[in-house]
Amino acid sequence: MNQSGTARVFSSPAIDQVGVVERAKRFTARSIKSQAKRQGLGMVLSMIDLTTLEGMDTEGKVKQLCYKAQHLHDSIDGLPNVAAVCVYPNFVGLAKRSLAGSGIKVASVATAFPSGNSSLEIKLADVSMAVSEGADEIDMVISRGRFHRGDYNFVFDEIAAVKAACGESRLKTILETGELGSLDKVRLASDIAIAAGADFIKTSTGKIQPAATMPVTLVMLEAIRDHFQKTGLMVGMKPAGGISKAKLALHYLIMVKETLGDDWLDPKWFRFGASSLANDVLMQIAKQQTGAYQAANYFAID
Amino acid sequence: MTVEESNKNSGENSAKSERLEVLKTYKMYIDGKFPRTESARYYQPVVNGSSLGNVCLASRKDVRNAVVAARSAQAGWSRRTAYNRAQILYRIAEMLEGRSQQFSEELVRQGLDVETAEIHVSQSIDRLIYYAGWCDKYQQVFSAVNPVASSHFNFSTLEPVGVVFTVASRDCPLLGLVSLIAPVIASGNTCVVLASEKCPLSAVTFAEVLATSDVPGGVVNILTGRIKELTEHFSRHLDVNAIACDGLEPGLNTEIKEFASENIKRVKIYHQDWSTEATANPYLIQDFCEVKTTWHPIEQISESGAAY
Repeated sequence: MNQSGTARVFSSPAIDQVGVVERAKRFTARSIKSQAKRQGLGMVLSMIDLTTLEGMDTEGKVKQLCYKAQHLHDSIDGLPNVAAVCVYPNFVGLAKRSLAGSGIKVASVATAFPSGNSSLEIKLADVSMAVSEGADEIDMVISRGRFHRGDYNFVFDEIAAVKAACGESRLKTILETGELGSLDKVRLASDIAIAAGADFIKTSTGKIQPAATMPVTLVMLEAIRDHFQKTGLMVGMKPAGGISKAKLALHYLIMVKETLGDDWLDPKWFRFGASSLANDVLMQIAKQQTGAYQAANYFAID
Repeated sequence: MTVEESNKNSGENSAKSERLEVLKTYKMYIDGKFPRTESARYYQPVVNGSSLGNVCLASRKDVRNAVVAARSAQAGWSRRTAYNRAQILYRIAEMLEGRSQQFSEELVRQGLDVETAEIHVSQSIDRLIYYAGWCDKYQQVFSAVNPVASSHFNFSTLEPVGVVFTVASRDCPLLGLVSLIAPVIASGNTCVVLASEKCPLSAVTFAEVLATSDVPGGVVNILTGRIKELTEHFSRHLDVNAIACDGLEPGLNTEIKEFASENIKRVKIYHQDWSTEATANPYLIQDFCEVKTTWHPIEQISESGAAY
């Protein structure tokens, strides 16, 4: 740490790219027995942030999504609800009312999502609006432009300011790893976000390709692990975008378990940001119960 | 002895005898690619006492993958213009014509006599041309404007059912195959074909023709394997919309129908000699279409009838 006021120097361990890719690939080669698979699929459902973040979102669409969150597939008994519904700030109030009494959280993107290109005042106003409407969780984006300029203190301060504006709401910090360029940058951004007080770190907005990948998620999980070993404090993880198949989601759970341990296998600490994943998981569960392969047109459109 | 001496000693035929024949690997055709079976199992069909080679033994997961491929190709294929589908069917015929010799030889290996083999190949080519011609015509024949007693313009048109699982004929490895694939895809369906268990070679080689004929990947997927292992998996699959069976034993047909009843999918059973001309007809296209009727409100101007 240096002595000149609030400026911090950030340094993160170097990432062995080849090693990370190899390690991530190994998580996909585990044999999953049918009992474990059944449990895992239920767990995946309970960790989903059912998301709609389109310019064409309407009240009807948000209501429908909230209904889906509570009635994933009523013909199958004993299904959990999803963890949260994720919407734009102007739909938070509606989502909150639609989900009343269900225990499902309302998450809202804020801070000039998805680019994050605006002034701090406007970003904080965006956050305050979502919080005052009742958002339980705020998904912010970091300023990738400033990050690439090496303005790490700016990025840190911004996250800290948003965290303060969140009050009781939990803060998820989106790194938008598809725009960061290298795994070293991903690790650095993760460390900055964690140090600035993020409750969750999240890979992507879903608007940029590539979105979440297993190697990127592994690097972020390792940042969380190292932080936990140093301080004993837990930080959550949310891969978002590009996870649409149940099998891939199970691979992610294996990665979380083997990197962070059982404590993180909980919707409080691990989430999937996805919209089409839920239906694929439901189709797999129905396949396990009936023995017949399923078709998408027997499941509700999100 | 030096290398030169050894070559000299082994005589003039050495160039021929040292050449190892490169044998063909008969792989499956899924989503426009030629994968091996995920199960890593193979079988050796035997015809007249000699083995036809190692052929993939498809598993239920191969069926699943093929249906996924067919489903994702279906929307795009049915959105193409009828004219374009006709062009592509014609193109398959062109490609088949260019390789007719190879197909004849393969049919002979699978137990047909030379004359029949040649007839079957040329009939297969003609059949593709025949259905290419029907692509933009069957709608006119089977669609209708219906008389109704209300202020509506009421019309019915055919739409493809979606994904069709086709079990190819056992005795007619090429002609039976082509005679079912062509009408199924002509209307915009995609299909998964289980090749004849006894004579699967023509189906695999036909996949190579498809792969070079502008047929988008996933429109036709070809599996090889044992029908009895796979019956339950494709018949109960909810994403398969119709099943076409050709030349199966009656017990198997019953089993397929029972499983298919779970989601009331259409099952069409054929028992015919595909080499007769009458077996090529537009009713085979109709077999894999469903009728969509639209009631379009119109203004009834007077008592004089519909005024569209």
